Amino acid sequence: MTIRRRRRREEAFRALCWVAVYLPLALLALLLAHALVEGLPRLGSAFVSDFPSASPERAGILPAIAGSLYVLSLAGVIAVPLGVGAAIYLEEYAPARWSHLVEMNLAQLAGLPSVLYGLLGLGVFVHVMGMGTTAISGALTLAMLVLPLVITTTREALRDVPGASREAALALGATRWETVRQVVLPVAWPRITTGVVQALARALGETAPLIMVGALAYVSFLPDGMSSPYTVLPVQIFHWVTRDGFVPNAAAGVLVLLSATLALNVLAVLLRQRLERVEAERQEVLP
Amino acid sequence: MKATTDASASHDEPVVVLPPSAPLTASARGTGERLIEALLTSCGLLSLAMTAGLILTLLAETIAFFDDVSPGAFFGGFEWAPRLAHQQFGVWPLVTGTLLTTAVAMAIAIPAGLLAAIYLGEFASVTTRRWLKPALQVLAGVPTIVFGYFALVVVTPALQTVMANLSGFNALSAGGVIGIMLIPMIFSLSADAISAVPADLREGALALGADRLTTIFRVLLPAASRGIGASILLALGRALGETMIVAIAAGHQARLTADPTVPIETMTGYMLQVASSGVRAETVEYRTIFAVGALLFAFTLVMNVLAYRLQRRLRQEAVA
Amino acid sequence: MRRRFFFVSCLALTGLSLANSGCGTARGADASEVVAIDGSSTVAPLLEAAAESFGARQRARITLNISGTTGGFAKLCRGEANVIGASRPLLETEMDDCKRRGVEVIELPIAVDGITVAVHASNDWVDALSLPELRKLWSAEATGTIRTWRDLRPSFPDREIHLFATGGMESGTYRTFVDRVLDGGGSRSDFTRSENDHLLVEGVARDRDALGIFGFSYYAQHSEQLRAVPIIASGGAVPVRPSPETIASGDYRPLSRPLFLYVNRASADLPPVKAFVQHVLEHAPALVTGANSVALPPAAYPLVRQRFEQRRTGSLFTSLAPAGTRILQVLEGDDRRQR
Repeated sequence: MTIRRRRRREEAFRALCWVAVYLPLALLALLLAHALVEGLPRLGSAFVSDFPSASPERAGILPAIAGSLYVLSLAGVIAVPLGVGAAIYLEEYAPARWSHLVEMNLAQLAGLPSVLYGLLGLGVFVHVMGMGTTAISGALTLAMLVLPLVITTTREALRDVPGASREAALALGATRWETVRQVVLPVAWPRITTGVVQALARALGETAPLIMVGALAYVSFLPDGMSSPYTVLPVQIFHWVTRDGFVPNAAAGVLVLLSATLALNVLAVLLRQRLERVEAERQEVLP
Repeated sequence: MKATTDASASHDEPVVVLPPSAPLTASARGTGERLIEALLTSCGLLSLAMTAGLILTLLAETIAFFDDVSPGAFFGGFEWAPRLAHQQFGVWPLVTGTLLTTAVAMAIAIPAGLLAAIYLGEFASVTTRRWLKPALQVLAGVPTIVFGYFALVVVTPALQTVMANLSGFNALSAGGVIGIMLIPMIFSLSADAISAVPADLREGALALGADRLTTIFRVLLPAASRGIGASILLALGRALGETMIVAIAAGHQARLTADPTVPIETMTGYMLQVASSGVRAETVEYRTIFAVGALLFAFTLVMNVLAYRLQRRLRQEAVA
Repeated sequence: MRRRFFFVSCLALTGLSLANSGCGTARGADASEVVAIDGSSTVAPLLEAAAESFGARQRARITLNISGTTGGFAKLCRGEANVIGASRPLLETEMDDCKRRGVEVIELPIAVDGITVAVHASNDWVDALSLPELRKLWSAEATGTIRTWRDLRPSFPDREIHLFATGGMESGTYRTFVDRVLDGGGSRSDFTRSENDHLLVEGVARDRDALGIFGFSYYAQHSEQLRAVPIIASGGAVPVRPSPETIASGDYRPLSRPLFLYVNRASADLPPVKAFVQHVLEHAPALVTGANSVALPPAAYPLVRQRFEQRRTGSLFTSLAPAGTRILQVLEGDDRRQR
């Protein structure tokens, strides 16, 4: 093949690759543009503070936002101590054999479709444990979903702490827990926090599991307890999308959801920077 | 003054943060320590408990399901209508629906992801390289409900202008959007795999007179095939388990078809629809969700185990 | 020090947001404080409008869910719902089931509806459909055999037909349709099934070859994108299009049927539930027409209100209420018996 032909083939291929790179980005831009055009007019202080309604102009997203906040907080309160604790155990205490088994298990759980978590929540929390279609069922289901993520990122954060620090502390007579608490955790903490916030950002967008455990389409009040009926932002969007005439509402909801997810991810990064600086300062104080 | 990372850095002394003096009696330390250890151990076993719980729940309900419906009817039937008067429990329409959307998704995600990864490795400028990965990662962070919105409200009408026969609900839009969603996954893992190929392989090929394309296809990709394979398997698992996009845009008509322009129903779409309809526990209809879920679990488990094995072998090779 | 502050403030924040989580009872949606509405998707628009106007007048905790008529009855009897909408009357088996759980229900006819056969607005070949044709299209034997419009009637185009319906035993609309058109036999299984009528409407509105079966109010709300097919009730009859007039008069046969509210007798004494039902009954004509359903004759509503005030339980209608049932007459008959 002549060099010119090869060159042309290469150019064509390069162009193809270029398309492969920019087409998804262009489609993402299209998605955002469409959501903005449809949703921005609907978005306003009324939308964010109104309750659902049969008429699109009056339908608002307040119970969904409140529900998301509430259920996410509950899920966080459950998942974070458990997840961080599990990671500490696996990294600092567990024998290597266990560790390997659990690691594989975590990889499986992380790759599980979220709808199966919904199934588990439906079977166990809603029915067997009799919690019904309430906020606590939703929170527990989300907590389970988020747990593998929290454990994995915490483990990575713990792993990054140099072994030398641990060994030195132990050599000086600290117990394992003291080592963890005073030496390992402070260094790993910023990254753990980042991981937690990112996991929560992911949980914010979860729709299928919560629909399956009973997040409602229409609630006229804010959640007022763990046994309260509720709805969340993505579920509200879902019910609007499938309803003709409510597309602007769905679009506005999409904008709110995307902003919240983005804000959480930005928060995660900022938190980490802040906490790392705090930790560095703390270490400078000591001689 | 940060803790150094490497004991082999000969000139740096590891700086250690000393714990503040905490006068604890020996016995208090002991019991406190053991208590904490017990607590942490129970946390650690939690993930195993979760998997066990999932498997147990699925098994229990599926076994109960097969008390009412014979496995022959389930695996050998071709009509799925558990909620009509004349109930049918052949699961194949749901399986073909899932496979159809997955096939469309993979047909988009694999070429696009691979080509993008090759672009990153071979053609991209330094500046592009810096923002490309994060940019495509943004795509990965978008919740699936948003993609579902996109599929129904934007993609389907757009496709209908060129394909007049396209139904409002169809596997093409849904599968296409799933594919777009999965591009970052295949892209980033394949890009890692490609960049992990030792430079001497590439340079050796070039030295032997191969042009770029030949190097890419004959040397680079085969060398990176394990990582690429793992990425494809993971994406496949994700596509099989995708729920919201198909529930919104693919339809709710369980049928045996290979036609991506008509409404279908996937396993996940069915599970969502029935679970959200408040069906009573301990009925056959309720248990169908679990039976289908068990099947889905089996599929994704196989994908994930294979992917995990591939990745582990890769990591081991990297260390060696 | 700062880290401790950060810790404490995080805990405080989560604590605050959980502050409301009180000693709520553990069991499901505690139906005693919340007006839990469920049931038929056909009646849902009406109940949604009612919930909204009720909530505008007084602080109310209302949840609305759509489980279908059958699912709604089940929830009513299990105490998971206080008020349900039903697009068919209570069956005897369901009433017995409720009685066994110690639950009595108050039946309140609220509106009339016509099951509408809708096609895409640009569908220009369907002029009318007869009952035998509907039967041919929807019977169990049609699965896989009646696949194109031409299979239904030779003069129709040779295009694939896409069907949408609220199928399934949990749908009152489906049961009524099967009873009236298929004489209780089974229906085909290859159609798009959903309890969410909005989804059905959406499916038909986006598909030139589609035909959907759902309540009249859903059609009426989207009459620009859909076309209602006139029905020929019997050989030689005039095709009748569903409209508020033909449904109210019963001319739209045999697909007109009454819509009901059912209230748990025990819940009816709870202040929020009582207030809500009274609100619905008081403003029924406006709410019903506002939701694009068809109101009962004006004389009927006072009688329905009386039924509620007197907490009369039991059903006045035989299962599935045969076509042409005159609701007003039934109510008047019941009223006379009560005197």
